[in-house]
Amino acid sequence: MATPAAGSVKFQNASDQSLLISFGDSFSLRAHEKVRKLLRLLELEPVPGIRDLHPGYCSVLIRFDALQLRHDKLKSLLQKLLHHLKSVALPRPRLVEIPVCYGEEFGPDLPEVCALHDLTAEQAIQLHSSKTYLVYFLGFVPGFAYLGGLPKELVTPRLSAPRTKVPPGSVGIAGNQTGVYPFATPGGWRLIGHTPAVMFREGTSLLAIGDRVRFVPISRERFAELECA
Amino acid sequence: MKSIHVIAPGLLTTVQDLGREGYGPMGVSRSGAADALSLRLGNQLVGNAEGTTALEMTLLGGTFAFPEGAVIALAGSDFGATLDGEAVPLYTTVRVREGQTLQLGSTRSGARCYLCVQGGIQVKPFLGSGSTHLLSGLGGFDGRPLRKGDVLQIRHAAGSVRARRLSPKVLKQLVPRKVLRTTPGPQSDWFSKSSIDAFCENIYRVGEKSDRMGIRLEGQAVISKREGDMISEGVSNGAVQIPPGGTPIILFVEQQTTGGYPKIANVISADFGSLGQLRPRDEIRFEQVGWNKARALLLEQEQLLSTKCLVVE
Repeated sequence: MATPAAGSVKFQNASDQSLLISFGDSFSLRAHEKVRKLLRLLELEPVPGIRDLHPGYCSVLIRFDALQLRHDKLKSLLQKLLHHLKSVALPRPRLVEIPVCYGEEFGPDLPEVCALHDLTAEQAIQLHSSKTYLVYFLGFVPGFAYLGGLPKELVTPRLSAPRTKVPPGSVGIAGNQTGVYPFATPGGWRLIGHTPAVMFREGTSLLAIGDRVRFVPISRERFAELECA
Repeated sequence: MKSIHVIAPGLLTTVQDLGREGYGPMGVSRSGAADALSLRLGNQLVGNAEGTTALEMTLLGGTFAFPEGAVIALAGSDFGATLDGEAVPLYTTVRVREGQTLQLGSTRSGARCYLCVQGGIQVKPFLGSGSTHLLSGLGGFDGRPLRKGDVLQIRHAAGSVRARRLSPKVLKQLVPRKVLRTTPGPQSDWFSKSSIDAFCENIYRVGEKSDRMGIRLEGQAVISKREGDMISEGVSNGAVQIPPGGTPIILFVEQQTTGGYPKIANVISADFGSLGQLRPRDEIRFEQVGWNKARALLLEQEQLLSTKCLVVE
């Protein structure tokens, strides 16, 4: 009988030098755990020829050197590795607090989000800052953490017309996700606040996959103090 | 130490090498030269390791003074280069004497020209690479394109370089393609057979908003047969994604590491160099090939790049 771990795994050739391995097709903590364990396993036992890993919610894209490896060969190597997935120990999650100044010029979409859900600004802020979020993965641009588990009352679709430039430090929500933009990039998430925290500096990301995150509301004055620090 | 003084930077000139690898879990994509083939060949001609830092110029080249001289090679597209007024051939080792000035103009062929120098451009490596990541302002020369007045240091290189040039026969085989070969994408099954056929028959125009992150195409829309969003997943270089509007975007060297749009196809690795030479308004087409063919084409290209392709002058 196939083990549950092996049974729910799907392999797909994504390009002539990458393989996509999926642990399901919806976000779940179980799939996330497998993504983390696979990353950890490949870190502990590197497979020669693997060049990079792009984790997602329930999958990992594995980029390899096509002169050294082929899809079939990599797939069979991974199938063997997957048997050990269960026994991989993950480090204890860190809890990272991110200060946020909500609303007004810091979060220009907060009024619209409140209107859509019939909430006051205080209620929306209370909801967003009351949860402990999980970093499902980092992607898009350096240091951008996809945080899942937004309270139902705040689940809001993306903007129909994305902004061409979102200022770095902007805290946004989209669907049931929330996150902080580390760099000035285009973006369609609704902006509800701004953090003075630097998400990516000197080649290090403030957040890593598996971290827990809490947003701590701060005043305009505190924002100014922290930004100067 | 030898140096390059930027008298005019050109339209968009950055320091690039072959990019950084292994930082995908932090959301950092590879970056590096948009046409890695040209960068590798140029570096070979000046006796450097293939992945040495060089200057990547885009559409309009710059003017550079070499107060202490240097050994250089230009690779990629023809930007009408002159050295103190004398034409400089592409894919040839050139000795620049002390005080000479290299001037490049507008492109006469593709989008990018590489200026490789013996020793390479000295920059502080960022996550293991000297390449510039423009979006985040990291790596390369202060994380930004060159400006007038910048002074670049050339890394010291021991020994002399034999003057060589690339064999015209090899060069002919490496001419950038306008018919890009692809393998199926992970969401090919989101598209009907007729959509995929149309995707391969359509002529697309390269949009003005294309950059190192993505090549935005204009032309007939391709519509997915599935409704709703997909869950964000890792994406590969050369992925052809279809956003809701239906006009394809080819993810390029400074790509996002993950994305939520379905991918109908992926440009094969052997054609990545051609992607780097596409200019706005160029017309392109896609052609599907099998996995084995894609691999064979890559092996063939690597064989060509072996040093035998360089002929001594």
